[in-house]
Amino acid sequence: MATTVIRTRPGKLAVGGAALAMALTGVAAGAPAAQADNEEKTTLTVAVSQEVDSLSPFQAVRVITTSMHRWMYDFLTNYDPQTGETIPALAESWESSDDGLTWTYHIREEATWSDGEPVTAEDVAWTFNTMMTDPDAAEANGNFVENFETVTATDEYTVEIQLSQPQVTMLALDVPILPEHIWSEVDDYGEFNNDQDFPIVSNGPWILTDYQPNQTITFEANEDYWRGAPKFDELVLRTINDADAQVEALRAGEVDFVSGLTPAQFTALEGAENITVNQADGKRFQGMTLNPGAQLQDGTPFGDGHPALQDPVVREALVHTINREQIYEVAYGGFGEPNGGYIPSRYDTFHWEPSGDVVNAFDIDQANQLLEDAGYTMGDDGIRVSPEGRPLSFRFNVHADRPQFVQAAQMMAEWAGQAGIELKVEPVSEVGSLLDAGTYDILTTGWSVNPDPNYVLSINLCSGLPTEIGGAYLSDAYFCNEEYDQLYQQQLAELDRDARADLVHQMQRILYEENVFVVWGYADTLEAYRSDVIAEMTPQPDPGGNYYGQDGYWSWWSAVPAGEAGGGDGGDASAASGGDDGGSNTGVVVGVIVVAVIVLAGVFLLVRRRAATADERE
Amino acid sequence: MAGPADTDLVPHSPEEGVRDRSGLYSTARYVGARLGGSLVSLFAVIVTSFFLFRIIPGDPVDAMTHGRPVSIEQKQQLRREFGLDDPLYQQFLDYLWGVVRLDFGQSFQFSRPVTELIGERLWPTLLLVGTAVAISALIGLTLGVNGAWRHGSTSDRVNTGLALTLWSVPSFWLGLILIVVFSSTLGWFPTSGMRTEGVSGWEAVPDVAHHMVLPVVTLVAVLYAQYLMIMRSSLLDEMGSDYIVTARAKGLRDALVRRRHAVPNALLPTVTLIFVNLGFVVFGSVLVETIFSWPGLGQLFYSGLNVPDLPLVQGLFVFFSAAVILMNLLADLLYPVIDPRVRP
Repeated sequence: MATTVIRTRPGKLAVGGAALAMALTGVAAGAPAAQADNEEKTTLTVAVSQEVDSLSPFQAVRVITTSMHRWMYDFLTNYDPQTGETIPALAESWESSDDGLTWTYHIREEATWSDGEPVTAEDVAWTFNTMMTDPDAAEANGNFVENFETVTATDEYTVEIQLSQPQVTMLALDVPILPEHIWSEVDDYGEFNNDQDFPIVSNGPWILTDYQPNQTITFEANEDYWRGAPKFDELVLRTINDADAQVEALRAGEVDFVSGLTPAQFTALEGAENITVNQADGKRFQGMTLNPGAQLQDGTPFGDGHPALQDPVVREALVHTINREQIYEVAYGGFGEPNGGYIPSRYDTFHWEPSGDVVNAFDIDQANQLLEDAGYTMGDDGIRVSPEGRPLSFRFNVHADRPQFVQAAQMMAEWAGQAGIELKVEPVSEVGSLLDAGTYDILTTGWSVNPDPNYVLSINLCSGLPTEIGGAYLSDAYFCNEEYDQLYQQQLAELDRDARADLVHQMQRILYEENVFVVWGYADTLEAYRSDVIAEMTPQPDPGGNYYGQDGYWSWWSAVPAGEAGGGDGGDASAASGGDDGGSNTGVVVGVIVVAVIVLAGVFLLVRRRAATADERE
Repeated sequence: MAGPADTDLVPHSPEEGVRDRSGLYSTARYVGARLGGSLVSLFAVIVTSFFLFRIIPGDPVDAMTHGRPVSIEQKQQLRREFGLDDPLYQQFLDYLWGVVRLDFGQSFQFSRPVTELIGERLWPTLLLVGTAVAISALIGLTLGVNGAWRHGSTSDRVNTGLALTLWSVPSFWLGLILIVVFSSTLGWFPTSGMRTEGVSGWEAVPDVAHHMVLPVVTLVAVLYAQYLMIMRSSLLDEMGSDYIVTARAKGLRDALVRRRHAVPNALLPTVTLIFVNLGFVVFGSVLVETIFSWPGLGQLFYSGLNVPDLPLVQGLFVFFSAAVILMNLLADLLYPVIDPRVRP
């Protein structure tokens, strides 16, 4: 743009300035002079949009950092990519006592830290004990150790954990185990971000060697990893904030993998050369919650939810007006699975879906019939009125930053209207404050579900309700059901996987039939990668799963470089990362100085001119 | 302000001495008034900053732990750590006491001191936006002068039209178009970021410059119009003046009249604009930095607003405002130096 402007009769000043500017901004500089001697180093570059919150596993809570920690640190156990079942990781084997209160883990003897020290039971015990005693260390993963009484290393390779009550997540302890010999020297875990010394000592398949905040994070393959070294030499996460810019970077070959695509982006990339798209089953569900009357744990009602939604018949009728197939066909462009079950279908053991009589299907006639029978008569304006004389007009607050939610809500408003229910769709920037005050009728919602479903089930317990208005509350439904709570306790103590799955299915059925937590289905996870860089990778679940945000390190660990000659994209073949941190801003600082000099020169010129004019005037 | 007494050859008359002292006095009063005004504005900004961001709906703890299995105890621990448990007046007093010590607290999301984050992100923003402002001022002023001197001509109309069109283009849209055309299609420039991974030391200079081209072009395209318009209109004002007629009557060449007489006087209003813009330089451009993933302050502000990361956005807001206030103050103080007519 600037060049066109300059071409239109530039003054001398502009020519000089533009030449300087262009030299400075490097049009003349051409390609970066970065091709040092790297003997076919294979690099896998992943575009990420999230920023790193902390590199300390005690502090990190975001998807990007918790995923990175999975690649860097071994957990006690991992999940099989095919079956989703727990498989050995740092713990080679384990056993539990009959009452489920004593767990013994046997640590793999061949595991070593990247600085050469062996990984021992002491490291495991130290990690858990620190989380149990220091609140700062419990910030990210404290929920896993809530029932821990003691954790002791009974010998060099054996850890024993005593529980105060049974805990089902003992084979899903997603906690990075840290090297005691490094971490015990840290004074304050609330302040320590693990981002000063590189490479970071760890024991997973990838070692973090360089971190440029908000630009790049570099990992090198751990050649000594006990499960086998990754096939790429280097893994780089590159921050690209804008989703469209990520897609362009993939096209340009600057990055090799992008995730979180919209249906439009996905479709556009589908036929592109050297690009493979991946449509994976989602691990999140989308849906809405109907305010059943917000209440505190002691039963005190609060907020201003529409009283008609406390009538199960109205909720049932409303759900009859939802066409889940249409929602995923239209709002999600066909990239999703309509389903009323709480746990997504990719977790086939725990997933449940309604069948037979239980199904509350799309049926507007039946919705009308139900409401008619319950005494909700049609008003003149086409909106039904409750026996108490209140019209069935509900506020529907939708996450404004999710276009699919907004579209789905608008479709639902139309269907509900045919049953005499008015839904007033109001997009909002966040729903949390409405939820905390109980001042809503219907909210959109969505939760990410882990391989172990315990957490998403636990949020809906009566004991999870807030104890005071505005107090901490994990869920977003004000759901409370005694039978559900009993089943929850039973599944906690059930160590047989199938028996537990049966209990979990029953819980989901209660959730479904109560129509408080109304799940629409599961949007697909859409990703794409450069097939000229990555020959193949293991998804999770395999097949049909995703690559980014796995519960494990399978994708990058298994990724095979295309044609062992090394990535065909010259763009990101980079020189050996020199782990130099001090000089990282050199280029920028030099640039700033150059600009400052130019500006000063300009000012000087102006001043001289003034002086010259003054001379002339005299 | 070096007073008129710059020579010892001429003995000072008593009258001159009096004038000197009153001149000094009024100068001091002028400087004092400007300084006082700036301090009042700064204080107002500091107070506003605290309350402004607390109006944003949203709970930082909820936003940060979203989608993660956290217990109520963990949330309460975070709340305690962030000081969100304290009564509002206590939070406010803590904040004020912190500002006095130039300590804006610890960022919620990065668990690092806000001042450290600002220090880290300041350089990239200074580089990007500083370059863009310098180039747009050069282009804008030059085109403005040419336009005014030949106002109504085709080139004037085309330039003004083009500048105003670009000025109204949303910068994020223009940025994306440039990425699509020059990066992913032509492959001339990187799509985003500030440097190639692994490049460091002196090699980083051409690399960073290469990464800068598209964001700078985007910013310049959007920015230069304001310089053009101000320069053009103030030069048009000057062109009717008597001294221009006089200069022409003296038989000076047209170019000389323009360069030596008209432009310097027309530059005066532009100086203020440049200074105000220099203040905004540190604010960066939230949109352009976000589109090009430029690791600067604008992008930091954006990520802070998403949470909301209260200490971070408060700190940045005060910092941005302080920069603008400081630059305005400088402009106020320098103006009399440049323009004798406004000398107190």
